[in-house]
Amino acid sequence: MIDFDAVTVTYPGADRPAIRDVSLHIPEGELCLVVGGTGVGKSTLLGAMNGLVPHFTGGVLAGRVTVAGLDTRTHRPREFAGVVGVVLQDPVSGFVTDTVEEELAYGMEQLAVPAAVMRKRVEETLDLLGLAHLRRRPVRSLSGGQQQRVAIGSVLTSHPRVLVLDEPTSALDPAAAEDVLAALTRLVHDLGVTVVLAEHRLERVIEYADMVVSVDASGTIVAGRPADVMNISDVAPPVVRLGQVAGWDPLPLSVRDARRRSGELRTTLEHRAALPPSPPVAVEPALRAKRVVVRYGDVVAVAGVDLDVNSRQVLALMGRNGSGKSSLLWALQGSGPRQGGSVALEPDGLDPARAQGGEARNRIGLVPQSPGDLLYLSTVAAECELSDKESGQSAGTCRSILDRIVPGIRDDVHPRDLSEGQRLALALAVQLCPRPDVIMLDEPTRGLDETAKHRFASVIRELAGERRAIVVATHDVEFVAGVADRVVVLADGEIVADGPTADVVVASPVFAPQVAKVMSPARWLTVDQITNALATEEVR
Amino acid sequence: MSQRLPRQLHPGAWWLWALGMATAVSRTTNIITLLVFAAVVWCVVSFRRSDAPWARGFGTYLRLGLIIIAVRVVFRVLLDAQYGTTILFTLPEAHLPDAAAGVRIGGPVSLEGLLAAVYDGVRLATLLLCFGAANVLADPRRLLKTLPAALHEIGVAMTVALTVAPQLVESGHRIRRARKLRGANGSRGGVIRGVMIPVLEDALDRSLVLAAAMDSRGYGRHADQTRRTRVITATLVLAGVAGVFIGTYGMLDGTTPRLLGGPMLAAGCMVAVIGVRVGGSRVRRSSYRPDPWELAEWVVMACGVGAAAAMFVASSVDPDNLYPTLQPLRWPTLGLVPAVAALIGVLPAWLAPPVDLGEASSIAREVAVAP
Repeated sequence: MIDFDAVTVTYPGADRPAIRDVSLHIPEGELCLVVGGTGVGKSTLLGAMNGLVPHFTGGVLAGRVTVAGLDTRTHRPREFAGVVGVVLQDPVSGFVTDTVEEELAYGMEQLAVPAAVMRKRVEETLDLLGLAHLRRRPVRSLSGGQQQRVAIGSVLTSHPRVLVLDEPTSALDPAAAEDVLAALTRLVHDLGVTVVLAEHRLERVIEYADMVVSVDASGTIVAGRPADVMNISDVAPPVVRLGQVAGWDPLPLSVRDARRRSGELRTTLEHRAALPPSPPVAVEPALRAKRVVVRYGDVVAVAGVDLDVNSRQVLALMGRNGSGKSSLLWALQGSGPRQGGSVALEPDGLDPARAQGGEARNRIGLVPQSPGDLLYLSTVAAECELSDKESGQSAGTCRSILDRIVPGIRDDVHPRDLSEGQRLALALAVQLCPRPDVIMLDEPTRGLDETAKHRFASVIRELAGERRAIVVATHDVEFVAGVADRVVVLADGEIVADGPTADVVVASPVFAPQVAKVMSPARWLTVDQITNALATEEVR
Repeated sequence: MSQRLPRQLHPGAWWLWALGMATAVSRTTNIITLLVFAAVVWCVVSFRRSDAPWARGFGTYLRLGLIIIAVRVVFRVLLDAQYGTTILFTLPEAHLPDAAAGVRIGGPVSLEGLLAAVYDGVRLATLLLCFGAANVLADPRRLLKTLPAALHEIGVAMTVALTVAPQLVESGHRIRRARKLRGANGSRGGVIRGVMIPVLEDALDRSLVLAAAMDSRGYGRHADQTRRTRVITATLVLAGVAGVFIGTYGMLDGTTPRLLGGPMLAAGCMVAVIGVRVGGSRVRRSSYRPDPWELAEWVVMACGVGAAAAMFVASSVDPDNLYPTLQPLRWPTLGLVPAVAALIGVLPAWLAPPVDLGEASSIAREVAVAP
């Protein structure tokens, strides 16, 4: 269905090709997963499949790409509209019209599909993706998962034979992600659509994949069956790494596979304490919030939340999209609205919302969901310099913090040219510069690849080690399992669970990490814990 | 009469009705007639508007109308209130240098001057209400959708603008909030650098993504017009639109020569239609659930046109009633023909099909919960 023949793509001004000498054949009806770190050319690979690369992006494409017999050299993206459906990373920015129904019809209107056929296809697609009850809603008022499904639907109505998706689940909470993936597998199984998707959250998608294409930093690819590619890939979901640690062959790809093979492992570790007893840390509250209420008009976002945030602890704030996580963070920081309750920073009980000038920021920092919003100067050096000035620190403070988080970012780079991970690091450094006791991060792992996430997790642990209190609002259960001491789950603006990570997540069907699901009912959370346990076992 | 199913009227029909009402209103300064027309418009709106977000703005137009009247009166009182003999009170007068001779600030205020200002203000406000009603009764996006194929590009550009504008506001809000996190001070340079530039960068990024999305969804796929057709289309459409503008002006302003009114409007319309036909003949695109133009649309349009026509008749039958004299002062009265015009104008409140409030209000509820 999709054929790449010795394809090399070089963008103008780049010193090396984005993808190099790629030869690839994706058969019809496969679900193909593209993996690799950020900035390695995954998007280039996807974009080449309907001619957006190089027709829209510029650059030089050597070799030949054919999709369903059409050559991208002679056909422009718009001519692929009936063959290849493309869903971009942020579905909202690709919406042309206003309501769900019109968005679904837009592509067909361009292809001059007759009105009667259009009507029928729209109804079919609404049912296929479970959107019928949303048909007249404005697309902007939908939740992230619904928007993603509308975006998929809007290209499906043109009956494409190939569907290309760039990180369809990375911004979604686990339940919404499952909705989207269920819709995709249904397309592959029932309609024989060939689906190509790029995704960082391997743990979510790998079990559905028929083939995996791994792109490495030099732009070359390895393609094959998922288990084979995972064996040699440097990014792998926890079940796969668990399989590697335990020496299972073939590697398990789903929790179910792993659970079936884990009998022996579970017996070996049965007598071990579920979690190695962590050394007791003297935690002391850094922030006390009582009955915090945030409302937008009639909508109550946070409904009277009591929360103590402790220093030396990493607190993970979880809950579905729209459960009030961001509103709570902004209210605690004092910059966002708060209609009721009190927030007091220890030891003097200062309310950050009442603090004068930059005082709040010296005590409590927040890195917003899109960290780029904090940055607006044209070079990294200028941002660091301004940050030192803003927070009254000696010159070079911000830069040294940045170097500790991610070393080796050049001074003269524009912040927009940084990778997601580097940009997050810079925003974090800027917010850490005034040395606040409490630092809060809203969805920091969105867009981070496995390696960057690992690196980021250890930075978070280090910060907590320095007597700081850390609050992370996130959907990423694997990240939480690795980094958080305590988990608070919000639903409809109320706290529904609060306790040590293992207590909260192990029993939860949505928030349990893969290792916990495999090892249940024992309370293991991460592959690292199991690796350590096995190592000490052997020593004994 | 068979049962009428609830449906949305073609947005064009509402606009034509509103234009007719506006034409009628512009033909008089009789405050009684004007108030009757305002009531008629309000009546139709409250009977036939849906509950969608764009349909809730009538109150805003009403307030805007009151502001217009107030501004008109205040300026008249301050600047030029000497018209007439019934002096109500005298304001302290500011003496201006000779260069500004002819302009007076302050001085005596007459009842006649005040009333003239009120009449004018009410007429403007009622005109505004007519256009407000069109906006409230017809979804502006659906109106854009009904644009003929040759004007499709303009329609798309406006749709995108309608979508992007709230996004710009939103990203401005987001970025300003983030700036506060950095302890931003409120200096103007800081605002421009710290908010404007990121917002513009954001907008640029978004538009590139949108362009890529539209391209890969087949936008412009059949734009196989030759350069010559494009030029001819553009010329014809522009000339036609100019004709329509001049014609409309002629219709609205009773003092222009007759030739600039109806005939010009008709000629403009014809040229524009020819242009649109030429341009649209080669465009291959289809339209999802196009709004039908049925009997109800004809009726609503006819009501608007009828009201305007009745006012034209009135201006030749009884011009004194339409422009009540201020010297000597007389109570304005509601003439027979203007009353008939208002009655014709109010008919759509019953003759237009009912709107589907059940569905619409459930949308509105969900929208209200969404942010």
